[in-house]
Amino acid sequence: MEGYLSLWDEYGSRIMESFWANLQLTFWAALASLVLGTILAIMRISPIPSLRAFGAAYVNIIRNTPLTIILTFGVLVLFGVFQLKLTNDFDLNFFQIAIIGLSIYHAAFFCEAIRSGVNTVPLGQAEAARAIGLSFLPAAWLVILPQAFRGAIAPMGNVLIALIKNTTVAIAGSVAEISGLMKTMLEYRADVGVLIFLTVALMFVIVVLPIGALVTWLSKRLAVAR
Amino acid sequence: MKSEQEASASHAGPIVELSGVNKHYGDLHVLQNINLEVSKGEVVVILGPSGSGKSTLCRTINRLETIDEGSIAIDGKKLPEEGKALAKLRADVGMVFQSFNLFAHKTILENVTLGPIKVKGMKKAEADKLAMSLLERVGVANQSHKLPAQLSGGQQQRVAIARALAMRPKVMLFDEPTSALDPEMINEVLDTMVGLAHEGMTMLVVTHEMGFARKAADRVIFMADGQIVEQSSPEDFFTNPQSDRAKDFLGKLITH
Repeated sequence: MEGYLSLWDEYGSRIMESFWANLQLTFWAALASLVLGTILAIMRISPIPSLRAFGAAYVNIIRNTPLTIILTFGVLVLFGVFQLKLTNDFDLNFFQIAIIGLSIYHAAFFCEAIRSGVNTVPLGQAEAARAIGLSFLPAAWLVILPQAFRGAIAPMGNVLIALIKNTTVAIAGSVAEISGLMKTMLEYRADVGVLIFLTVALMFVIVVLPIGALVTWLSKRLAVAR
Repeated sequence: MKSEQEASASHAGPIVELSGVNKHYGDLHVLQNINLEVSKGEVVVILGPSGSGKSTLCRTINRLETIDEGSIAIDGKKLPEEGKALAKLRADVGMVFQSFNLFAHKTILENVTLGPIKVKGMKKAEADKLAMSLLERVGVANQSHKLPAQLSGGQQQRVAIARALAMRPKVMLFDEPTSALDPEMINEVLDTMVGLAHEGMTMLVVTHEMGFARKAADRVIFMADGQIVEQSSPEDFFTNPQSDRAKDFLGKLITH
């Protein structure tokens, strides 16, 4: 116990800082991938064949690529080869590249979650929207997507939870986040190794559990009555 | 009362004009060389057995179903294939569906105002006023802040009629509007439709309600196997059908 307490003396502020990085990665990547995923979902249900093909190709390629490879690609290729500099701050640059990588990856999953929501909307809703003279985009935006989102809360919640945990892969993109710090701590404080694992795991559980409960509550509350 | 409709005429010919329309579902030839004209203020009822193509015909008129051959014109304008021009023309054609299809996430009032606001660019206050007067007319004004799922089927269908009317359509299409309703709710919807017919609305109605055809139709069209087999006044059709298919169809109705 004493050893564990001294771990907090030694690393406490870095633990919090690193985990804060995970939460920030989650926030920005969730926002960006939700927007990108919505655009992809609109493409996939659009009447234009080339957009549908692009959306399908994006989802199938990105979804089937390991996240580690996407994040490593960001650092080794985009930064290493092409010298991509989003900012002059060295660490912040990796952080932003990681957000882009996480967003690109999870957009494919958000797209499919939203599309599953679209499938909960009866075809007649789209026909009625078209019949009053709405063209595709307004019909999608005003009639289909509002109902699709409400029908897709549970699957979108699953994607969000996966995203939170996947932020630990950002270590592959050279971001100082919690799993990187965990490795460091394990190296120097092998005496409390198991407790280090449990601590980090518990931090994620504490964040994810309420989100899961919120998602369940929202998906019941916002369900579209038919 | 038909004069008001006629006064706003922009085109002397028929409101709906189909010529040589053909459509296939794979091997099934669902619409076979259909020629049909509906004049301004006319109420045309399409009758026929299930699978005769009458619903498909109705849905081709605002291009919810595409056609393989032939042409369809609304008020003299040929139906565009897609895009904004098609959306614009659809705004002139009101449609009432068998399954109501009210926007499930919007209130009754919002269902009616969505088209005027988003398609016609009407101000919200003006659209609300128009919607309330239409809801009043179909008898559901007191339900305007509820969601569709809170209304009975008959009430939902009357809202759907109000939603279509809010676009001030040149013609109203009804695709089996009472087929999904409980028997006691059929009359409230039919009464609304008879009222519309008497006010001079141009209507094309696919239905199994023979009473409505007798009461409100100017012309009855009988379809079977993708073809228009017979057309005449309701009086002639019900008392003196010409074709064997129509005699057979009417015979089966009377025995029940």
